[in-house]
Amino acid sequence: MTLELTAQDKSMLDGEQGPSAAAAMKILVAFSKAIGARSLLDISGAHIDGCLYHGKAGLDFVERLVEGGGRVQVQTTLNVGSFDLIHPGMVKMPAAEEVPARRLMKAHLELGCQATFTCAPYQTRFRPESGQQIAWGESNAIVFANSVIGARTNRYGDFIDLCCAMTGRAPAWGLHLSENRRGRILFELDVPDPEPSDSLFVGVGLIIGQASSDRIPVIAGLPQPRDEDQLKALGAAAATAGAVALFHAVGITPEAGTLDQAFQGMAPEETIRISRSDIDHALARLSGVPDGAPLAAVSLGTPHFSHEEWMRLLPLLREAAPGRGIPIYVNTGRATLARLQEEGALDGMEAFGLIPVADTCTYVTSILKRLDGVVMTNSGKWAHYAPGNIGVTVAFAEMRDCIRSAAVGHVLRSGT
Amino acid sequence: MTRSMETFERTGTFQLAGEAEGLALVFSQPLSFWGGIDPETGDIIDHSHPGLGQNVIGKILVMPSGRGSSSSSSVLAEAIRRGTAPAGILLQRPDPILAVGAIVAEFLYDIRMPLVVCDISSIATGDRIAIGIGADGRAIIGIQPVIAEPRHL
Repeated sequence: MTLELTAQDKSMLDGEQGPSAAAAMKILVAFSKAIGARSLLDISGAHIDGCLYHGKAGLDFVERLVEGGGRVQVQTTLNVGSFDLIHPGMVKMPAAEEVPARRLMKAHLELGCQATFTCAPYQTRFRPESGQQIAWGESNAIVFANSVIGARTNRYGDFIDLCCAMTGRAPAWGLHLSENRRGRILFELDVPDPEPSDSLFVGVGLIIGQASSDRIPVIAGLPQPRDEDQLKALGAAAATAGAVALFHAVGITPEAGTLDQAFQGMAPEETIRISRSDIDHALARLSGVPDGAPLAAVSLGTPHFSHEEWMRLLPLLREAAPGRGIPIYVNTGRATLARLQEEGALDGMEAFGLIPVADTCTYVTSILKRLDGVVMTNSGKWAHYAPGNIGVTVAFAEMRDCIRSAAVGHVLRSGT
Repeated sequence: MTRSMETFERTGTFQLAGEAEGLALVFSQPLSFWGGIDPETGDIIDHSHPGLGQNVIGKILVMPSGRGSSSSSSVLAEAIRRGTAPAGILLQRPDPILAVGAIVAEFLYDIRMPLVVCDISSIATGDRIAIGIGADGRAIIGIQPVIAEPRHL
């Protein structure tokens, strides 16, 4: 199988548009050949998951593109980095790591990327539209863009997302193509009159993530979500528990008006029923401690909190008025934070222990002051990764229970 | 079953072209570089993988495919930079993630760690492997079986 390149692609490859574009095109071509793509297609946006410092090679790559005078060719947003640049001193790191980690974030800006530093670019002014071809990194952003918006991306990452941005091109394969977006496996929610609680969506996400493998899941019987943040939580959990890049929810997501549309007229390869106890079991696995365990902190906002999520949190804080000094970290995008500050919405909230975190996330870098206690979260993704990444014990719960627990000082969950 | 001890040769397709020699380290189970290999030491650190505790430096790593997260590209590129990577990799099936790591390392550091797609059957750990570039640009893999007792495969 050969890869067909346009005159413009070849011109880039031959270095006529500078050394950086040539390098990006060379890597993109090699990648495209390796996956068996026959051609490249135009993209209208990119989201780069390259700002977390993992070693010198990652920084060397971006520096070479900067030295070559490269610029991204499409609107390009950035995922979280290792630092909160809005709140200096929040992240503690040895100087030997701090210098290259800060430089990595800045070097991406020199390529023309937007300083979003958020894992929820779909809830910023850079949100793509349905049907747009994009090249995104970051698993939760990929699944949201594909599933909830109907934009089209594969699971990009490490170097390739940036090569797509630098060339404005992506391989014409996988989820960029309509025929590859049809559902393969059906999950039937077998829960009578399910209440659309946040944890229901997280639980369903975990289950489809574990069971789908590389097949696109279709969910039937899911209650109408309160808002898109519940679908965001479902997608993040699915992409954490498995490799889901696209899900369809019948009657809810844009490519699944009907079951038939979700499967593009074909039959599911497998049908799996999800019961109440399946969901309870999946959620129970996120918690390492029983109710009553003493609480060290709360961490919310993985993925980054939207403005709407803040509007749900702030009344809960006022109502419970936690006064024990237990920190309540909330990860959010810098644009959301700026808006809240303009609105005065956060005034006085520090008295309740609220600590907003921007540009990064509490499970990828050293922010938490205490790692020796239980941390409560409403995020399936945070609950999954934090124990391994930063060594904390996690209790998963609804947001309201996280805040009530902070007020009483121990893990408290309604209905348990 | 016993194997012939004769040196034999086969051809393959390069995902990244280059020459290399080394002893084969063969796994029937794919290994993810991210979470599977420590780029500081070249040690295999994946507790669920049969190669746990072995070291890949200078070896010709032979396995059916790559596996897992796209972060494996970064880990491979970093290992090549540090000199802790295998001398070359033979795969049964092409792997885009490892290809990207090898291509980026060549671009940045001019180090070519050949990545070859070929038939990996009847290659055993300890065999001496030589990867060369044929006149047509295809990979030529020379395999000299390890001198050992007949083994059960």
